[in-house]
Amino acid sequence: MRTNRALRTPGGLSVRLDVRATVVVALILLAALTASVVLIGTGDYPIPARDVLKTLFGDGNAGQEFIVNELRLPRVLVGLLVGASLGLGGALFQAISRNPLGSPDVLGLSQGATAGALTMIVLFSGSAGQVTTGALVGGLVTGFAIYLLAWRRGVHGYRLVLVGIGVSAIVTAINGYLLTRSTLTEASQAVVWMTGSLSGRDWTQVWPLLWLCAVLVPLVLVNGRGLRMMEMGDDVSNALGVRVERVRLLLLVAAVLLTAAATAAAGPVSFVALTAPQLARRLTRSPGPNLLASLCMGATLLVTADWTSQKVFGADQLPVGVVTGVLGGVYLLWLLVTERRAGRI
Amino acid sequence: MLVDSPPEQRAETAPAPPTRRAIRVLGLFVSLAVLVAVGVASIAIGAKGLSVAEVWHGLFHDTGTYGDVVVADRLSRTVLGLLAGAALGLSGAVLQALTRNPLADPGLLGINAGASAAVVTAITFFGVTSLSGYVWFAFVGAAAVGALVWFLGGSRGATPVRLALAGTAISAALYGYLQAVMITDDQALNKMRFWTVGSLSSASTSTILQVLPFLAAGSLLALSLARPLNAMEMGDDTAKALGANLNRTRALAMLAATVLCGAATAACGPIVFVGLMVPHVVRSFTGPDLRWILPYATVLSPVLLLGSDVIGRVVARPAELQVGIVTALIGGPVFIFLVRRRRTAQL
Repeated sequence: MRTNRALRTPGGLSVRLDVRATVVVALILLAALTASVVLIGTGDYPIPARDVLKTLFGDGNAGQEFIVNELRLPRVLVGLLVGASLGLGGALFQAISRNPLGSPDVLGLSQGATAGALTMIVLFSGSAGQVTTGALVGGLVTGFAIYLLAWRRGVHGYRLVLVGIGVSAIVTAINGYLLTRSTLTEASQAVVWMTGSLSGRDWTQVWPLLWLCAVLVPLVLVNGRGLRMMEMGDDVSNALGVRVERVRLLLLVAAVLLTAAATAAAGPVSFVALTAPQLARRLTRSPGPNLLASLCMGATLLVTADWTSQKVFGADQLPVGVVTGVLGGVYLLWLLVTERRAGRI
Repeated sequence: MLVDSPPEQRAETAPAPPTRRAIRVLGLFVSLAVLVAVGVASIAIGAKGLSVAEVWHGLFHDTGTYGDVVVADRLSRTVLGLLAGAALGLSGAVLQALTRNPLADPGLLGINAGASAAVVTAITFFGVTSLSGYVWFAFVGAAAVGALVWFLGGSRGATPVRLALAGTAISAALYGYLQAVMITDDQALNKMRFWTVGSLSSASTSTILQVLPFLAAGSLLALSLARPLNAMEMGDDTAKALGANLNRTRALAMLAATVLCGAATAACGPIVFVGLMVPHVVRSFTGPDLRWILPYATVLSPVLLLGSDVIGRVVARPAELQVGIVTALIGGPVFIFLVRRRRTAQL
């Protein structure tokens, strides 16, 4: 397959089309939707895929309609949106920090959101909604603190990672302190939240995430070109006409918002933000941040992981974060073996 | 302290100009003096404050007075803090050299995850409930993961990237397991939430004696590796040309780091930040020569650990803040300050 093709319009405009990347994105998206349909059909009351589709298009019986539209669809939508936000946020962080390990866990964002959630759980015995708000505030505050602390005549990728590690250590300590000060009931609630879970998510979580994604995803994709230039270094991209610091600030804010919102909705699900961009890059084999492919990949990963956890451990026995953690470990081992065989590391 | 082999002797072979060498030797003595002061403070300060004279009396003329009993009690804690701090600093420095990554810490190679997974297994499946009962489990877990990472990383053909990747992978899988157990077993969660922050409060003579042989052997091994690791920092090819045995050095460095960190973690729980930060900071004023980094890290890491422990006892009197928490709360801002101050491109 030729990977690049130029589309020319009669008016003299031309667009470069990466065929392989486009096909891959379409396939991943298809995988995400298939997994979603299967996931909706999975549970204590299994529904065949055909009936799920029929119900989704408004043609099912009343019982299935309730189960699908009220109970399982919002959960799956939260899964898709959270996965997509984490995948896109992870791709942005990795591109901005120029480091394949520059994921929200390493930079301390997840820990910051956790601190916010734990504060609500432990100090205020907050409701689910308050915990979500706390996580959102915690994630945002941490994100902007990292940016401000890393700012010194611009934000250098390496400094961002280092400052993130420092902030992450501080916030982890605070989280440990809060956990030791809580009652056991609060602690077990906190641990489930900290693992990342999709159970019991409903439409109130879907709408804010959906609006946020609707605004941020196009904004990020439009600015993705600049990001691709920036991989060549600040000076080169300046010379190529990219306003480096502005694009970086904009994309960083977007990444922080996406990650914080996703973490607030589902908890700090590990490894999706780290692996989705890497897998996407390997599948598309195209340079640059692969934003759209990472987004779709994140959604696929999270929904598949949730399905796996339900299949392996039974419905709602263990939260999805356990599976993503183990999957992440397996992925890294696979990476280790294949890269070694290929002689690249 | 195990590790204060005479710095003058090292200095003779060091290529640094004499004034800089003199400053470094002096700096090492100053650091030692600070360490002694922090050690005394760690014995003197607590729920009941003691004067320096009372500390002296308790240490050298123990006659069983109230003060002497307090000193004896705090002594084991202080000794454990000294040993564990030195071990964490040394293992961090060795790992940073081994992986050629200034951000490597024992957590990167999965050692903390191995210890944590072993402890949670001990609690849930073997019914171990006492802190001193965790020690062997934690140590075996850390050692097993260290060995696994070494073999997955390619043993004889291990490279820094492979080791880091193998460590991260194992950690991820083990933390998944850890979380699964903690979610399903409240008892384990209740124990683990106190163990994972890292604390010196469980120190006792028996704990110290359990880990002491490992710490001593690991420290000697680590310090003896300064020269070959120095050669390796210049890259594999140069190191080979200089006559270093890459495989042996890597294996021994990995062994030293695992034993040191595993023993320290077994005794006090995973205290993460010391091994990352102290060697990183030390490097900023000694330069890349491990013959200086290792001794400095050995002396300064316990300063951070013991100092944090003292502060943790003072701020929350009569209760205490676990040392792992205080270490990160103090170390984090210092680390960020240093990152901001320096030109990080030089790392």
